Amino acid sequence: MTSFGSHPDRTGRDMFAEAGLAALEDAGVSAADVDELFYGNFVGTLSEGQGHQGPLMAEALGTTAPSRRIESACASSGLAVHDAVRAIRSGEADVVVAGGMERMTNMGTAGATKGLAGAADDLYEVRAGVTFPGAYALMARAYFDEYGGSHEDLAHIAVKNHDNALVNDHAHLQQEITVEDALGAPEIASPFTLYDSCPISDGASALVLTSPEYANEHDLEASVAITGAGHGGDTMALHDRQSLSKTPATREAAEEAYDDAGVDPSDIAIAEVHDCFTIAEVLALEALGLYSHGEAIGAARRGETRRDGELPVNLSGGLKAKGHPVGATGAAQVAAIATLLDGTHPRADAVDDDATIGVAQNAGGTVASATVHVLEVMD
Amino acid sequence: MTDVTNGEYDAFLEALAEGEGYYLVCENEHGLLPPRRACPHCGDRDLAVRDLPESGEIVTHTTVFVPTPQFEDDAPYVTAVVDFDGVRLTGVVRDIAQEDVAIGDRVTATVGSKETTDEQTIVFRPTE
Repeated sequence: MTSFGSHPDRTGRDMFAEAGLAALEDAGVSAADVDELFYGNFVGTLSEGQGHQGPLMAEALGTTAPSRRIESACASSGLAVHDAVRAIRSGEADVVVAGGMERMTNMGTAGATKGLAGAADDLYEVRAGVTFPGAYALMARAYFDEYGGSHEDLAHIAVKNHDNALVNDHAHLQQEITVEDALGAPEIASPFTLYDSCPISDGASALVLTSPEYANEHDLEASVAITGAGHGGDTMALHDRQSLSKTPATREAAEEAYDDAGVDPSDIAIAEVHDCFTIAEVLALEALGLYSHGEAIGAARRGETRRDGELPVNLSGGLKAKGHPVGATGAAQVAAIATLLDGTHPRADAVDDDATIGVAQNAGGTVASATVHVLEVMD
Repeated sequence: MTDVTNGEYDAFLEALAEGEGYYLVCENEHGLLPPRRACPHCGDRDLAVRDLPESGEIVTHTTVFVPTPQFEDDAPYVTAVVDFDGVRLTGVVRDIAQEDVAIGDRVTATVGSKETTDEQTIVFRPTE
């Protein structure tokens, strides 16, 4: 992946080339062997006026292999990975590149806020003033009403994820914050302040995925495999859901992925979850079955999800501090779990030596779409 | 974008403005707003029209300080989801002090203009 951050002067094609070429080099795979590209992107037609980005991004990697741009808001590259796994399993492809790119800071805060609001229902929600932070704020307040919890509990999540990113040189924000900083920051959408929200970021990510046969034949060093993939859906508008404090699309994706991999939530040692806003980490951990409903709100405060806790969550810094170049996020989460498990991530020292299973959860909009991937260390 | 019209949704807003709000309901009692041809929860296509109840209850709310450009002059404003006993609507809360808006408050639904543009939006006001 590229460094996530503010790169308003960098073209999307250059960022994706950097991430994709590095992934190919790292994997020891030549561009000529790539059968297909699965590329996630959300607002490229707005931020760069560029449609039809699949072939453009394949070209950037040095190939004219068939490609497609996948758009599922913030879950775009999680879905790209999911569909890439399917392509390999179906026997259609042996080598695929799955990743994504987003260029956003060149749109300015107002432009990016408008672009991101496009992940919500335009008629039912955006016209009623719902912004992206506002939508999650509606969910946070509903959660507090149903289960209890406070803004201070959420602040502990922000502090944890900022702290995790301090050693991650690819992170957008390498800045230590305190609970007091988070509580006292400017309001964005009550109960959220600035530090409940991920930054607006530019960046790209890419993975090279191959069939086990290709990896064996070519003697690739592939110590971690995606063993489970799941995809879930829900209504676009929050008001059409039975509960505003649960995210069944993640639950559906998780059940599919766990079943696929043959694992239980209790087997999972580390998780990268979609914390676009602090409450989203809580909703994800509960939908993933790692906590019961109403229990994850206090997990960071109690220390359980910190890097020295029982279940380290978002060791990369999460979207909160690593940054959230929307279309690049899902594949970056999968890359984070893979490198945490194979020992090459800067926070790999927080992973227990006997840890073999991690999970990555990526969500679109207010979780109207979600993907979950299970990764395992191979013997 | 103010010259864009949205068919059945605009017709719904016009009716709501006249005090004749309605919603759609499928055979399994899932309440929906137009435009819909099928219920997303059960797939039922036999959607009946029902009168929107006079008042509903706020189920969640937020005060938005950083708006989209189309709400630039409206911020800070309160957006809420309101349960009308069968269907839920999302809209902007007016005539209640922002710090006093609470889950459980009873409101009526109507339509109003934004400060920023002429575009109409659902507006909730306290019941008399």
